[in-house]
Amino acid sequence: MNDLLPAYERPVLVRHARGAMNKFSRAASMQPATELDGVPYDRLLEAYGSPLFAFSERTLVQTYRQLEDAFATRWPRVRIAWSYKTNYLDGICRLLHQQGAWAEVVSGFEYDKAVRNGVPESRIHFNGPAKSEADLDKAFRGDAIVHLDHFDELALAERVARRLGVRPGVALRLNLATDGVPAWTRFGFNLESGEALSAVRRLIAGDVLQLVGLHCHIGTFIPEVGPYQQAARKLALFANLLRADHGITVDFLDLGGGFASHNTLKAQYLPGTEASPTFARYAEAIVDGLEALDVDPLERPTLVLETGRALVDDAGHLVTTVVANKRLPDGRRALVLDAGVNSLFTAFWYKHDVVPTAPVHGIPEPTILYGPLCMNIDCMRDTLQFPPMSPGEHLVFHHVGAYNVTQWMQFITYRPAVCLVGQDGQHALLRRRETLDDVAGCEELPAWIG
Amino acid sequence: MDDRQQLRDLALNDKGFVFDPLTGATFSTNPTGLQILRFLQEGADRSAILAGLQARFDVRGDDLTRDLDEFVSTLRRQGLVGQDFGL
Repeated sequence: MNDLLPAYERPVLVRHARGAMNKFSRAASMQPATELDGVPYDRLLEAYGSPLFAFSERTLVQTYRQLEDAFATRWPRVRIAWSYKTNYLDGICRLLHQQGAWAEVVSGFEYDKAVRNGVPESRIHFNGPAKSEADLDKAFRGDAIVHLDHFDELALAERVARRLGVRPGVALRLNLATDGVPAWTRFGFNLESGEALSAVRRLIAGDVLQLVGLHCHIGTFIPEVGPYQQAARKLALFANLLRADHGITVDFLDLGGGFASHNTLKAQYLPGTEASPTFARYAEAIVDGLEALDVDPLERPTLVLETGRALVDDAGHLVTTVVANKRLPDGRRALVLDAGVNSLFTAFWYKHDVVPTAPVHGIPEPTILYGPLCMNIDCMRDTLQFPPMSPGEHLVFHHVGAYNVTQWMQFITYRPAVCLVGQDGQHALLRRRETLDDVAGCEELPAWIG
Repeated sequence: MDDRQQLRDLALNDKGFVFDPLTGATFSTNPTGLQILRFLQEGADRSAILAGLQARFDVRGDDLTRDLDEFVSTLRRQGLVGQDFGL
Protein backbone atom coordinates (compact mmCIF):
# COMPACT_ATOMS: atom_id res chain seq x y z
CA MET A 1 0.00 0.00 0.00
CA ASN A 2 1.55 3.30 -1.05
CA ASP A 3 -0.54 6.47 -1.18
CA LEU A 4 2.16 8.26 -3.18
CA LEU A 5 1.60 5.99 -6.17
CA PRO A 6 -1.34 6.26 -8.56
CA ALA A 7 -4.25 4.00 -7.66
CA TYR A 8 -4.30 0.69 -9.43
CA GLU A 9 -7.23 0.16 -11.80
CA ARG A 10 -8.05 -3.05 -13.56
CA PRO A 11 -6.49 -2.65 -17.07
CA VAL A 12 -8.95 -2.03 -19.88
CA LEU A 13 -8.61 -1.50 -23.61
CA VAL A 14 -11.64 -0.27 -25.54
CA ARG A 15 -11.78 -0.12 -29.31
CA HIS A 16 -13.10 3.12 -30.78
CA ALA A 17 -16.28 2.60 -32.76
CA ARG A 18 -16.80 5.21 -35.43
CA GLY A 19 -20.30 6.27 -36.41
CA ALA A 20 -21.90 4.68 -33.37
CA MET A 21 -23.24 7.90 -31.93
CA ASN A 22 -26.87 8.76 -32.41
CA LYS A 23 -28.03 11.48 -34.73
CA PHE A 24 -27.88 14.07 -31.99
CA SER A 25 -24.26 13.20 -31.27
CA ARG A 26 -24.94 13.11 -27.58
CA ALA A 27 -22.03 11.78 -25.64
CA ALA A 28 -22.96 9.08 -23.19
CA SER A 29 -22.69 10.56 -19.73
CA MET A 30 -22.42 8.61 -16.53
CA GLN A 31 -22.94 10.91 -13.60
CA PRO A 32 -23.02 9.03 -10.31
CA ALA A 33 -26.05 9.33 -8.04
CA THR A 34 -24.60 9.50 -4.57
CA GLU A 35 -27.70 10.34 -2.56
CA LEU A 36 -31.45 10.41 -2.51
CA ASP A 37 -32.90 13.72 -1.36
CA GLY A 38 -29.80 14.45 0.67
CA VAL A 39 -29.42 11.02 2.21
CA PRO A 40 -26.36 9.12 0.90
CA TYR A 41 -27.20 5.76 -0.61
CA ASP A 42 -24.36 4.29 1.45
CA ARG A 43 -26.17 5.32 4.63
CA LEU A 44 -29.39 3.69 3.44
CA LEU A 45 -27.51 0.48 2.63
CA GLU A 46 -25.89 0.49 6.07
CA ALA A 47 -29.31 0.81 7.67
CA TYR A 48 -31.32 -1.61 5.54
CA GLY A 49 -28.90 -3.81 3.59
CA SER A 50 -28.47 -4.53 -0.09
CA PRO A 51 -30.29 -4.76 -2.39
CA LEU A 52 -32.70 -2.04 -1.38
CA PHE A 53 -35.65 -0.24 -2.93
CA ALA A 54 -35.65 3.41 -1.87
CA PHE A 55 -38.54 5.80 -2.49
CA SER A 56 -38.45 9.57 -2.48
CA GLU A 57 -41.41 11.13 -0.69
CA ARG A 58 -40.48 14.46 -2.25
CA THR A 59 -40.64 13.15 -5.79
CA LEU A 60 -43.86 11.27 -5.12
CA VAL A 61 -45.64 14.30 -3.69
CA GLN A 62 -44.27 16.68 -6.33
CA THR A 63 -45.34 14.35 -9.13
CA TYR A 64 -48.83 14.07 -7.66
CA ARG A 65 -49.13 17.84 -7.52
CA GLN A 66 -47.88 18.22 -11.07
CA LEU A 67 -50.50 15.75 -12.27
CA GLU A 68 -53.28 17.38 -10.29
CA ASP A 69 -52.28 20.89 -11.38
CA ALA A 70 -52.05 19.89 -15.04
CA PHE A 71 -55.65 18.69 -15.09
CA ALA A 72 -57.31 20.86 -12.44
CA THR A 73 -56.26 24.00 -14.29
CA ARG A 74 -58.02 22.71 -17.41
CA TRP A 75 -61.14 20.94 -16.11
CA PRO A 76 -63.43 21.96 -13.25
CA ARG A 77 -63.71 18.66 -11.42
CA VAL A 78 -60.80 16.21 -11.40
CA ARG A 79 -60.37 13.06 -9.34
CA ILE A 80 -57.18 11.05 -9.13
CA ALA A 81 -57.78 7.45 -8.10
CA TRP A 82 -54.56 5.77 -7.07
CA SER A 83 -53.99 2.57 -9.00
CA TYR A 84 -53.24 0.09 -6.24
CA LYS A 85 -51.74 -2.58 -8.46
CA THR A 86 -48.95 -0.20 -9.44
CA ASN A 87 -47.62 -0.09 -5.89
CA TYR A 88 -49.75 -1.08 -2.93
CA LEU A 89 -47.25 -0.61 -0.15
CA ASP A 90 -49.27 0.98 2.64
CA GLY A 91 -46.82 3.85 3.08
CA ILE A 92 -46.95 4.80 -0.59
CA CYS A 93 -50.75 4.51 -0.74
CA ARG A 94 -51.26 6.56 2.39
CA LEU A 95 -48.97 9.32 1.15
CA LEU A 96 -51.06 9.57 -2.00
CA HIS A 97 -54.35 9.42 -0.11
CA GLN A 98 -53.07 12.25 2.08
CA GLN A 99 -52.68 14.28 -1.12
CA GLY A 100 -56.33 13.61 -1.92
CA ALA A 101 -56.20 10.51 -4.08
CA TRP A 102 -59.10 8.07 -4.10
CA ALA A 103 -58.36 4.37 -4.64
CA GLU A 104 -58.65 2.32 -7.81
CA VAL A 105 -58.54 -1.40 -7.07
CA VAL A 106 -58.85 -4.50 -9.21
CA SER A 107 -59.37 -7.28 -6.67
CA GLY A 108 -60.90 -8.03 -3.31
CA PHE A 109 -57.40 -8.07 -1.84
CA GLU A 110 -56.67 -4.57 -3.09
CA TYR A 111 -60.11 -3.42 -1.91
CA ASP A 112 -59.34 -4.66 1.61
CA LYS A 113 -55.96 -2.98 1.50
CA ALA A 114 -57.53 0.34 0.52
CA VAL A 115 -60.03 0.05 3.37
CA ARG A 116 -57.21 -0.78 5.76
CA ASN A 117 -55.47 2.37 4.56
CA GLY A 118 -58.46 4.39 5.70
CA VAL A 119 -60.04 5.05 2.31
CA PRO A 120 -63.83 5.47 2.65
CA GLU A 121 -65.41 2.72 0.57
CA SER A 122 -67.42 5.30 -1.33
CA ARG A 123 -64.06 6.59 -2.61
CA ILE A 124 -63.03 3.30 -4.16
CA HIS A 125 -63.31 2.61 -7.89
CA PHE A 126 -63.51 -1.18 -8.22
CA ASN A 127 -62.23 -2.38 -11.60
CA GLY A 128 -61.16 -5.75 -12.88
CA PRO A 129 -62.58 -8.57 -14.99
CA ALA A 130 -63.03 -11.18 -12.26
CA LYS A 131 -64.91 -9.77 -9.30
CA SER A 132 -66.53 -12.47 -7.21
CA GLU A 133 -70.02 -12.37 -5.76
CA ALA A 134 -68.43 -11.71 -2.37
CA ASP A 135 -66.48 -8.80 -3.89
CA LEU A 136 -69.63 -7.25 -5.33
CA ASP A 137 -71.51 -7.82 -2.08
CA LYS A 138 -68.77 -6.01 -0.17
CA ALA A 139 -68.55 -3.18 -2.69
CA PHE A 140 -72.32 -2.55 -2.82
CA ARG A 141 -72.63 -2.63 0.97
CA GLY A 142 -69.76 -0.13 1.16
CA ASP A 143 -71.17 2.11 -1.59
CA ALA A 144 -68.02 1.70 -3.68
CA ILE A 145 -68.14 2.41 -7.41
CA VAL A 146 -68.10 -0.86 -9.33
CA HIS A 147 -66.92 -0.73 -12.94
CA LEU A 148 -68.66 -3.51 -14.85
CA ASP A 149 -66.48 -5.43 -17.28
CA HIS A 150 -68.78 -7.92 -19.06
CA PHE A 151 -72.39 -9.11 -19.31
CA ASP A 152 -71.97 -11.97 -16.83
CA GLU A 153 -70.72 -9.51 -14.26
CA LEU A 154 -73.61 -7.18 -15.04
CA ALA A 155 -76.07 -10.01 -14.36
CA LEU A 156 -74.24 -11.03 -11.19
CA ALA A 157 -74.21 -7.43 -9.99
CA GLU A 158 -77.95 -7.19 -10.50
CA ARG A 159 -78.55 -10.37 -8.48
CA VAL A 160 -76.36 -9.13 -5.65
CA ALA A 161 -78.02 -5.69 -5.64
CA ARG A 162 -81.50 -7.22 -5.59
CA ARG A 163 -80.54 -9.52 -2.73
CA LEU A 164 -79.18 -6.56 -0.77
CA GLY A 165 -82.14 -4.35 -1.71
CA VAL A 166 -79.90 -1.55 -3.01
CA ARG A 167 -79.65 0.45 -6.25
CA PRO A 168 -75.89 0.93 -6.52
CA GLY A 169 -74.22 3.35 -8.86
CA VAL A 170 -72.00 1.57 -11.35
CA ALA A 171 -69.79 2.45 -14.27
CA LEU A 172 -69.30 0.67 -17.55
CA ARG A 173 -65.80 -0.07 -18.72
CA LEU A 174 -65.56 0.42 -22.47
CA ASN A 175 -62.91 -0.57 -24.93
CA LEU A 176 -62.48 1.50 -28.05
CA ALA A 177 -60.20 2.02 -31.01
CA THR A 178 -57.60 4.77 -31.15
CA ASP A 179 -54.96 5.41 -33.80
CA GLY A 180 -51.60 3.85 -33.07
CA VAL A 181 -52.53 1.97 -29.92
CA PRO A 182 -53.67 -1.68 -30.12
CA ALA A 183 -57.13 -1.83 -28.55
CA TRP A 184 -57.37 -3.73 -25.29
CA THR A 185 -60.56 -5.47 -26.34
CA ARG A 186 -60.40 -8.07 -23.59
CA PHE A 187 -61.57 -5.57 -21.00
CA GLY A 188 -64.99 -3.99 -20.95
CA PHE A 189 -67.70 -3.53 -23.57
CA ASN A 190 -66.69 -2.64 -27.09
CA LEU A 191 -67.86 0.77 -28.22
CA GLU A 192 -67.61 0.55 -31.99
CA SER A 193 -69.47 -2.76 -32.32
CA GLY A 194 -72.48 -1.51 -30.37
CA GLU A 195 -71.79 -3.81 -27.42
CA ALA A 196 -71.44 -0.85 -25.08
CA LEU A 197 -74.87 0.48 -26.10
CA SER A 198 -76.33 -2.99 -25.62
CA ALA A 199 -74.89 -3.04 -22.12
CA VAL A 200 -76.56 0.29 -21.37
CA ARG A 201 -79.91 -0.99 -22.62
CA ARG A 202 -79.49 -4.20 -20.63
CA LEU A 203 -78.65 -2.18 -17.52
CA ILE A 204 -81.69 0.06 -18.00
CA ALA A 205 -83.94 -2.95 -18.52
CA GLY A 206 -82.65 -4.58 -15.33
CA ASP A 207 -83.81 -1.53 -13.39
CA VAL A 208 -81.60 -2.17 -10.38
CA LEU A 209 -78.23 -0.62 -11.21
CA GLN A 210 -77.68 3.10 -11.83
CA LEU A 211 -75.23 4.09 -14.51
CA VAL A 212 -73.10 6.87 -13.02
CA GLY A 213 -69.89 6.67 -15.02
CA LEU A 214 -68.10 5.65 -18.19
CA HIS A 215 -64.56 4.32 -18.13
CA CYS A 216 -61.90 3.37 -20.62
CA HIS A 217 -58.23 2.51 -20.32
CA ILE A 218 -56.59 2.49 -23.71
CA GLY A 219 -53.30 0.87 -22.74
CA THR A 220 -50.13 1.20 -20.78
CA PHE A 221 -47.02 3.35 -21.19
CA ILE A 222 -48.42 5.33 -24.10
CA PRO A 223 -45.88 8.02 -25.01
CA GLU A 224 -48.34 9.78 -27.35
CA VAL A 225 -51.15 12.13 -26.42
CA GLY A 226 -53.21 11.76 -29.60
CA PRO A 227 -54.87 8.48 -28.57
CA TYR A 228 -56.05 10.11 -25.34
CA GLN A 229 -57.68 12.91 -27.27
CA GLN A 230 -59.52 10.35 -29.40
CA ALA A 231 -60.55 8.24 -26.40
CA ALA A 232 -61.83 11.27 -24.51
CA ARG A 233 -63.83 12.41 -27.53
CA LYS A 234 -65.38 8.98 -27.96
CA LEU A 235 -66.36 8.83 -24.30
CA ALA A 236 -67.83 12.32 -24.56
CA LEU A 237 -69.88 11.48 -27.65
CA PHE A 238 -71.15 8.29 -25.99
CA ALA A 239 -72.15 10.30 -22.93
CA ASN A 240 -74.03 12.71 -25.22
CA LEU A 241 -75.86 9.73 -26.75
CA LEU A 242 -76.85 8.37 -23.34
CA ARG A 243 -78.30 11.68 -22.30
CA ALA A 244 -80.09 12.35 -25.57
CA ASP A 245 -81.55 8.88 -26.10
CA HIS A 246 -81.87 7.50 -22.58
CA GLY A 247 -81.94 10.49 -20.26
CA ILE A 248 -78.86 9.30 -18.40
CA THR A 249 -76.38 11.92 -17.25
CA VAL A 250 -73.21 10.34 -15.92
CA ASP A 251 -71.36 11.79 -12.97
CA PHE A 252 -67.88 10.96 -14.22
CA LEU A 253 -65.81 10.05 -17.21
CA ASP A 254 -62.80 7.92 -16.34
CA LEU A 255 -59.89 8.00 -18.79
CA GLY A 256 -57.96 5.33 -16.89
CA GLY A 257 -54.18 5.44 -16.82
CA GLY A 258 -51.32 4.55 -19.12
CA PHE A 259 -49.31 7.79 -19.09
CA ALA A 260 -45.63 7.13 -19.74
CA SER A 261 -43.13 7.64 -16.94
CA HIS A 262 -39.57 8.72 -17.65
CA ASN A 263 -38.48 5.17 -18.29
CA THR A 264 -37.27 4.02 -21.70
CA LEU A 265 -38.86 1.01 -23.36
CA LYS A 266 -36.46 -1.53 -24.83
CA ALA A 267 -37.60 -0.73 -28.36
CA GLN A 268 -37.57 3.03 -27.78
CA TYR A 269 -34.97 5.19 -29.49
CA LEU A 270 -34.99 8.39 -27.48
CA PRO A 271 -34.64 8.15 -23.69
CA GLY A 272 -37.89 8.46 -21.78
CA THR A 273 -36.64 11.56 -20.01
CA GLU A 274 -36.89 13.29 -23.40
CA ALA A 275 -39.61 11.30 -25.16
CA SER A 276 -42.38 11.04 -22.56
CA PRO A 277 -45.04 13.77 -22.74
CA THR A 278 -45.57 16.05 -19.78
CA PHE A 279 -48.77 15.81 -17.74
CA ALA A 280 -49.76 19.14 -19.28
CA ARG A 281 -49.66 17.66 -22.78
CA TYR A 282 -51.77 14.68 -21.74
CA ALA A 283 -54.20 17.08 -20.06
CA GLU A 284 -54.46 19.31 -23.14
CA ALA A 285 -55.27 16.32 -25.31
CA ILE A 286 -57.87 14.85 -22.97
CA VAL A 287 -59.62 18.13 -22.32
CA ASP A 288 -59.62 18.84 -26.04
CA GLY A 289 -61.41 15.53 -26.59
CA LEU A 290 -63.88 16.21 -23.79
CA GLU A 291 -64.91 19.47 -25.44
CA ALA A 292 -67.23 17.27 -27.53
CA LEU A 293 -69.46 16.97 -24.46
CA ASP A 294 -72.81 18.59 -25.09
CA VAL A 295 -73.43 19.90 -21.57
CA ASP A 296 -73.46 23.19 -19.76
CA PRO A 297 -69.85 23.91 -18.69
CA LEU A 298 -71.01 24.07 -15.08
CA GLU A 299 -72.47 20.57 -15.32
CA ARG A 300 -69.44 18.88 -16.76
CA PRO A 301 -68.84 15.43 -15.30
CA THR A 302 -65.90 14.74 -13.05
CA LEU A 303 -62.80 13.66 -14.93
CA VAL A 304 -61.33 10.60 -13.24
CA LEU A 305 -57.70 9.56 -13.77
CA GLU A 306 -56.25 6.25 -12.66
CA THR A 307 -52.65 7.25 -13.20
CA GLY A 308 -50.30 4.77 -11.57
CA ARG A 309 -47.00 4.32 -13.33
CA ALA A 310 -46.37 7.97 -14.16
CA LEU A 311 -47.09 8.94 -10.54
CA VAL A 312 -44.77 6.58 -8.73
CA ASP A 313 -42.19 5.28 -11.19
CA ASP A 314 -39.78 8.17 -10.91
CA ALA A 315 -39.93 8.15 -7.11
CA GLY A 316 -38.50 4.64 -6.82
CA HIS A 317 -34.85 3.56 -6.97
CA LEU A 318 -33.19 0.18 -6.57
CA VAL A 319 -29.75 0.16 -4.98
CA THR A 320 -27.69 -2.93 -5.64
CA THR A 321 -24.16 -4.19 -5.00
CA VAL A 322 -21.62 -5.59 -7.44
CA VAL A 323 -20.84 -9.20 -6.58
CA ALA A 324 -18.41 -10.00 -9.39
CA ASN A 325 -16.85 -9.00 -12.69
CA LYS A 326 -16.76 -11.43 -15.59
CA ARG A 327 -15.40 -11.27 -19.12
CA LEU A 328 -17.68 -12.89 -21.70
CA PRO A 329 -16.24 -14.74 -24.70
CA ASP A 330 -17.36 -11.94 -27.03
CA GLY A 331 -15.28 -9.44 -25.08
CA ARG A 332 -18.08 -7.76 -23.22
CA ARG A 333 -17.67 -7.21 -19.54
CA ALA A 334 -20.38 -8.57 -17.27
CA LEU A 335 -21.22 -7.51 -13.76
CA VAL A 336 -23.04 -9.85 -11.41
CA LEU A 337 -25.30 -7.86 -9.09
CA ASP A 338 -27.07 -8.88 -5.92
CA ALA A 339 -30.49 -7.82 -7.30
CA GLY A 340 -32.17 -9.65 -10.14
CA VAL A 341 -35.28 -9.69 -12.26
CA ASN A 342 -37.15 -11.41 -9.45
CA SER A 343 -36.99 -8.02 -7.71
CA LEU A 344 -36.81 -5.71 -10.73
CA PHE A 345 -39.55 -7.21 -12.86
CA THR A 346 -39.59 -4.16 -15.14
CA ALA A 347 -36.09 -5.04 -16.38
CA PHE A 348 -37.96 -7.19 -18.91
CA TRP A 349 -39.53 -4.07 -20.47
CA TYR A 350 -37.20 -1.16 -19.92
CA LYS A 351 -33.68 -0.01 -20.57
CA HIS A 352 -33.44 1.19 -17.00
CA ASP A 353 -31.31 4.20 -16.25
CA VAL A 354 -28.53 2.84 -14.02
CA VAL A 355 -25.49 4.63 -12.59
CA PRO A 356 -22.87 4.08 -9.86
CA THR A 357 -23.51 5.53 -6.40
CA ALA A 358 -19.99 6.96 -6.15
CA PRO A 359 -17.71 8.82 -8.55
CA VAL A 360 -15.91 6.34 -10.75
CA HIS A 361 -12.75 6.57 -12.80
CA GLY A 362 -11.68 4.65 -15.80
CA ILE A 363 -12.77 3.99 -19.32
CA PRO A 364 -16.37 2.89 -19.90
CA GLU A 365 -16.70 -0.25 -21.93
CA PRO A 366 -19.59 -2.40 -23.19
CA THR A 367 -21.02 -4.04 -20.09
CA ILE A 368 -23.98 -6.26 -19.39
CA LEU A 369 -25.60 -6.33 -15.96
CA TYR A 370 -26.74 -9.68 -14.62
CA GLY A 371 -28.61 -10.48 -11.46
CA PRO A 372 -27.79 -13.19 -8.93
CA LEU A 373 -30.26 -15.82 -10.15
CA CYS A 374 -29.04 -19.09 -11.55
CA MET A 375 -31.35 -18.49 -14.51
CA ASN A 376 -30.37 -17.31 -17.97
CA ILE A 377 -33.23 -14.81 -18.07
CA ASP A 378 -31.76 -12.82 -15.20
CA CYS A 379 -30.46 -9.86 -17.18
CA MET A 380 -30.95 -6.52 -15.45
CA ARG A 381 -29.65 -4.36 -18.27
CA ASP A 382 -28.50 -5.28 -21.70
CA THR A 383 -25.21 -3.97 -22.99
CA LEU A 384 -24.44 -0.37 -22.12
CA GLN A 385 -21.26 1.66 -21.80
CA PHE A 386 -20.35 1.40 -18.14
CA PRO A 387 -17.28 2.40 -16.14
CA PRO A 388 -15.18 -0.15 -14.27
CA MET A 389 -16.79 -1.40 -11.07
CA SER A 390 -15.38 -3.61 -8.36
CA PRO A 391 -17.11 -6.10 -6.08
CA GLY A 392 -18.69 -4.31 -3.15
CA GLU A 393 -19.39 -1.11 -5.08
CA HIS A 394 -22.96 -0.04 -5.66
CA LEU A 395 -25.23 0.89 -8.55
CA VAL A 396 -28.65 2.47 -8.50
CA PHE A 397 -31.44 1.82 -10.98
CA HIS A 398 -33.78 4.77 -11.43
CA HIS A 399 -37.50 4.92 -12.32
CA VAL A 400 -38.39 1.63 -10.65
CA GLY A 401 -41.29 2.72 -8.44
CA ALA A 402 -44.09 1.25 -10.54
CA TYR A 403 -45.05 -2.42 -10.56
CA ASN A 404 -41.84 -3.80 -9.13
CA VAL A 405 -42.87 -3.98 -5.50
CA THR A 406 -46.13 -5.58 -6.57
CA GLN A 407 -45.02 -7.84 -9.41
CA TRP A 408 -41.76 -8.96 -7.81
CA MET A 409 -41.60 -12.57 -6.83
CA GLN A 410 -40.00 -14.57 -4.11
CA PHE A 411 -37.77 -16.76 -6.25
CA ILE A 412 -34.35 -18.11 -5.28
CA THR A 413 -33.62 -15.09 -3.07
CA TYR A 414 -35.59 -13.13 -0.51
CA ARG A 415 -37.39 -10.02 -1.60
CA PRO A 416 -35.39 -6.95 -0.50
CA ALA A 417 -36.33 -4.26 1.95
CA VAL A 418 -38.07 -1.08 0.82
CA CYS A 419 -37.43 2.25 2.50
CA LEU A 420 -38.79 5.76 2.22
CA VAL A 421 -36.72 8.93 2.36
CA GLY A 422 -38.83 11.72 3.83
CA GLN A 423 -38.88 15.32 2.78
CA ASP A 424 -36.68 16.44 5.67
CA GLY A 425 -33.99 13.80 5.35
CA GLN A 426 -35.50 11.22 7.68
CA HIS A 427 -35.79 7.68 6.43
CA ALA A 428 -37.61 4.54 7.50
CA LEU A 429 -38.64 1.13 6.28
CA LEU A 430 -41.77 0.70 4.19
CA ARG A 431 -41.26 -3.07 4.09
CA ARG A 432 -38.59 -5.11 5.76
CA ARG A 433 -36.52 -7.72 3.96
CA GLU A 434 -38.17 -11.13 3.80
CA THR A 435 -37.09 -13.93 6.09
CA LEU A 436 -37.24 -17.69 5.83
CA ASP A 437 -40.24 -17.67 8.17
CA ASP A 438 -42.08 -15.30 5.83
CA VAL A 439 -41.50 -17.60 2.90
CA ALA A 440 -41.97 -20.96 4.60
CA GLY A 441 -44.71 -19.78 6.94
CA CYS A 442 -47.45 -20.60 4.45
CA GLU A 443 -46.23 -24.13 3.91
CA GLU A 444 -47.73 -27.24 5.52
CA LEU A 445 -46.15 -30.65 5.97
CA PRO A 446 -48.49 -33.62 5.47
CA ALA A 447 -48.46 -35.79 8.58
CA TRP A 448 -47.15 -38.85 6.75
CA ILE A 449 -44.03 -36.97 5.70
CA GLY A 450 -43.32 -35.69 9.17
CA MET B 1 3.77 -10.78 -38.13
CA ASP B 2 5.72 -11.43 -34.94
CA ASP B 3 3.56 -10.57 -31.91
CA ARG B 4 6.26 -8.58 -30.18
CA GLN B 5 6.93 -6.60 -33.34
CA GLN B 6 3.23 -5.84 -33.71
CA LEU B 7 3.17 -4.62 -30.13
CA ARG B 8 6.26 -2.49 -30.67
CA ASP B 9 4.58 -0.93 -33.69
CA LEU B 10 1.65 0.30 -31.65
CA ALA B 11 1.63 4.08 -31.27
CA LEU B 12 0.85 5.12 -27.69
CA ASN B 13 0.46 8.49 -26.09
CA ASP B 14 0.56 9.39 -22.41
CA LYS B 15 -3.24 9.79 -22.25
CA GLY B 16 -3.90 6.18 -23.19
CA PHE B 17 -4.58 6.62 -26.91
CA VAL B 18 -3.52 3.54 -28.86
CA PHE B 19 -3.12 3.34 -32.65
CA ASP B 20 -2.50 0.11 -34.50
CA PRO B 21 -0.82 1.03 -37.84
CA LEU B 22 -1.43 -2.48 -39.13
CA THR B 23 -5.21 -2.09 -39.21
CA GLY B 24 -5.79 1.59 -38.56
CA ALA B 25 -7.82 0.75 -35.46
CA THR B 26 -7.64 3.06 -32.46
CA PHE B 27 -8.27 2.32 -28.81
CA SER B 28 -8.40 3.89 -25.39
CA THR B 29 -6.67 2.30 -22.46
CA ASN B 30 -6.33 3.31 -18.83
CA PRO B 31 -3.02 3.98 -17.05
CA THR B 32 -2.65 0.37 -15.99
CA GLY B 33 -3.30 -0.92 -19.50
CA LEU B 34 -0.91 1.66 -20.93
CA GLN B 35 1.82 0.52 -18.58
CA ILE B 36 1.30 -3.12 -19.54
CA LEU B 37 1.53 -2.24 -23.23
CA ARG B 38 4.78 -0.38 -22.58
CA PHE B 39 6.17 -3.34 -20.66
CA LEU B 40 5.22 -5.60 -23.55
CA GLN B 41 6.90 -3.27 -26.05
CA GLU B 42 10.05 -3.50 -23.93
CA GLY B 43 9.86 -7.28 -24.11
CA ALA B 44 9.04 -7.84 -20.45
CA ASP B 45 7.85 -11.28 -19.41
CA ARG B 46 4.97 -12.15 -17.12
CA SER B 47 6.82 -11.90 -13.82
CA ALA B 48 8.51 -8.64 -14.81
CA ILE B 49 5.17 -7.10 -15.75
CA LEU B 50 3.57 -8.17 -12.46
CA ALA B 51 6.50 -6.82 -10.48
CA GLY B 52 6.48 -3.61 -12.51
CA LEU B 53 2.80 -3.02 -11.82
CA GLN B 54 3.36 -3.60 -8.10
CA ALA B 55 6.15 -1.05 -8.16
CA ARG B 56 4.29 1.64 -10.11
CA PHE B 57 0.78 1.50 -8.70
CA ASP B 58 -0.86 1.51 -5.31
CA VAL B 59 -2.18 -2.06 -5.43
CA ARG B 60 -4.59 -3.02 -2.68
CA GLY B 61 -5.78 -6.57 -2.74
CA ASP B 62 -6.33 -6.65 -6.48
CA ASP B 63 -5.75 -9.83 -8.44
CA LEU B 64 -2.99 -8.72 -10.79
CA THR B 65 -2.48 -12.15 -12.31
CA ARG B 66 -6.09 -12.45 -13.31
CA ASP B 67 -6.19 -8.88 -14.58
CA LEU B 68 -3.06 -9.41 -16.70
CA ASP B 69 -4.44 -12.62 -18.22
CA GLU B 70 -7.71 -10.87 -19.02
CA PHE B 71 -5.89 -7.93 -20.60
CA VAL B 72 -3.82 -10.25 -22.77
CA SER B 73 -6.99 -12.01 -23.89
CA THR B 74 -8.39 -8.59 -24.83
CA LEU B 75 -5.27 -7.93 -26.93
CA ARG B 76 -5.86 -11.24 -28.72
CA ARG B 77 -9.54 -10.49 -29.26
CA GLN B 78 -8.73 -7.06 -30.69
CA GLY B 79 -6.12 -8.52 -33.06
CA LEU B 80 -3.21 -6.66 -31.44
CA VAL B 81 -1.41 -9.98 -30.97
CA GLY B 82 -1.93 -13.37 -32.55
CA GLN B 83 -4.31 -15.96 -31.17
CA ASP B 84 -1.41 -18.02 -29.84
CA PHE B 85 0.20 -15.18 -27.94
CA GLY B 86 0.59 -15.79 -24.22
CA LEU B 87 2.73 -14.72 -21.31
